[in-house]
Amino acid sequence: MRSSLSTRLLNWSGKALVILILAFVVLPAIVVVITAFGSSSVAVFPPRGYSLRWFENALGYRDFQTGLRNGVIVMLWASSLAMLIGTTLGIVIHRFEFRAKRLLEGLLLSPLYIPHFMIGLGLLMLTAQISLARGFAVVVFCHVLLVLPFVLRSVYVSLHNLDPRTEQAAASLGAPPLRVVTTITLPQLLPGLAGGWLFAAILSFNEFTASLFLTTQTTQTLPVAMYNYVREYADPTLAAISSIYILFTAALMILADRLLGLGRILNLDGR
Amino acid sequence: MPQKPRFFYWFLLPSTLTAFGLVLSLLAILQYSVRSYVPGSLEVGGPTLDNFFELLKPLYAKAFLETVQISLYTAVFTLLIGYPLAYALIRAQRAWCRSLILIIAITPLFLGEVVRTYAWIIVLGTTGFINSLLMGIGLIDRPLRLMFTQLGVVIALVHVTLPIMVLMLAAGLSHIDRNYERAAHSLGAGPVRAFLTVTLPLSMPGIIAGTLTAFAWTFSAFATPQLIGGGRVNTISTLVYQLGFSSLNFPFAASLSIAGLILTALVLWGVSRLSRSFESLGGGR
Repeated sequence: MRSSLSTRLLNWSGKALVILILAFVVLPAIVVVITAFGSSSVAVFPPRGYSLRWFENALGYRDFQTGLRNGVIVMLWASSLAMLIGTTLGIVIHRFEFRAKRLLEGLLLSPLYIPHFMIGLGLLMLTAQISLARGFAVVVFCHVLLVLPFVLRSVYVSLHNLDPRTEQAAASLGAPPLRVVTTITLPQLLPGLAGGWLFAAILSFNEFTASLFLTTQTTQTLPVAMYNYVREYADPTLAAISSIYILFTAALMILADRLLGLGRILNLDGR
Repeated sequence: MPQKPRFFYWFLLPSTLTAFGLVLSLLAILQYSVRSYVPGSLEVGGPTLDNFFELLKPLYAKAFLETVQISLYTAVFTLLIGYPLAYALIRAQRAWCRSLILIIAITPLFLGEVVRTYAWIIVLGTTGFINSLLMGIGLIDRPLRLMFTQLGVVIALVHVTLPIMVLMLAAGLSHIDRNYERAAHSLGAGPVRAFLTVTLPLSMPGIIAGTLTAFAWTFSAFATPQLIGGGRVNTISTLVYQLGFSSLNFPFAASLSIAGLILTALVLWGVSRLSRSFESLGGGR
C-alpha cells in the first residue's frame, strides 16, 4: 500500500503546514499579551517581572478615553450611513438598468484600490478649499467611503440569495413598488445586512491611515491616539491596550460565528 | 426596461451624493498638485507643473522602487502562505476545525494596522521575541537587525494582508464544484496531480483577485512602513505624510500621491491583462 502511505504523509505534512501558518498568525498577539503584563518600563520579551500597572495606565490615559469616545461616535454614524447608502444603491443596481450605473458602482467601489492616505489627503484638501471646519462630519464621510465597498458586497450577497418570486407575488397582489421593497425585500435582507453592518462598524473603528490625515486633537480616534502614543513612549502601555483590543475582538468574532455564522457573512459557504 | 417607480430616484440620491464627494476630493488633490508651494504657509501659490518635475529626483524614484518591491514581495508571500490556509478552511471536515481556522485567520483583519504593527515591533525588536528566542537557544550571539529593514516591513505586511487574501482565496475555492476533483480521482489522478491540474487552475480567479487586493493594500499601508521602517524604509505613503505634515508642502504631497495612484493603476491593469491572457491559454472556460 505505497500510495496510501504517501497520501497519509501528504495529509500529515499539509496539516503541519497549516498549523505552522496559524502559529505565525497568532504569534504576535500572544507576544503582545504576555508583554503587557511585564513590569519594566520598556517593552521587552520575555518580561523580567510581572505587574498590572500598564493596564491601569492604559485605562486611565486621557487620550485613549477621548479616542474611544470619538471612535464610537464616528463608527456608529459611518456604519449606519454606509448601511443606508449601500442598501439603497444595492437594491437600485440589482433591480434597474440606468445610465451611469457601472460608473456609479465603480466609483463607490474604488476606495478598495485607492490608497487610504490619498482619500484622507483628498478630503483634507477639499475641506481646506471650501473652508469647512475639520470636525466629525468629514471623518464620518471619509469612513463611509472606506467601508461602503464592504457593505455593498454584503448587500449583493443577500439580494442574490433572495427569492425573486416573493417580490413578484407581492407585486401581483397589488402592492406598489415601494411597499414591496419595504415589506418584502428589506425584511428578508436584514440578517445579511446585520453582518454587513457589523463588518463596517469594526472596519471603521479600526481605520487608521485616512483618520490620521483628517482628525484633529479633538476628533482623534483610538487608533490615532495609539499611534501618537507609540511615537512618544516605549513603555508597555500600548501592549496593555492592544491586549484588551485583541481579546475583545476575538470574543466578538467567536460570538459572530456562533450567532450569525462567519462563513455565511463572508460568503464562504459554497458547495 | 420597466418603468421606474418614484422611489428609484430617492434610492439613488444618497449614493450619488457620496460618489460626488469622492470625485470632489480627488479633484482637490489634482488641483493642489498643479499649484506652487509657499514655504511656511498653508496657502498655495500660482499654477505650476514643478511638482511633477520634482518627482524625477533620485530620492523619489527610490521610494517608488522600494514601494513596488515591498508590495510585490508582500503579495507573493501572502499568496504562498494564504493558499494552504484557505484550502484547509474550505476542506476542513469538522465544523469546529473550520470555525477555529476561520476565527484565527480573520480576527487580525479587525485589529487594525496600529495594533498589529505594534505587536510586530515587540516580535522583531532587539529585545523582542525572535532575538530573545534565538539568543536563548544559542543560535546567535548578537541580536539580528530586523527592525528598520525592508525584511521586517515585509514580514509584518504579510501578516497584515493575510486575512483579506485568505477571504478572497476561500471565496473562490468555495465555489468550485468538488465533483471535478472527484472525477480526476476516479480517472486515476493522485491527490497532487488532481490538485495541480484541476483545483489550482479553477481557483485562478480567486488567486488573481487576492493578489491584486494584497498589492493595493500594501501600497496603501502607512503605519507598518512608518513604524517598522522607522524612516529608513521610505514608501510613497510615508513620504506623502512627511511632506504634508512635516514640511506642509501639500502641493508636492498631492503630486506624489497622484503619481502613486497612477503607478497602482498601471500595475493592477498589467496584472489583470496578464491574467486574462493566462485564462485564455487555459482554453477559455
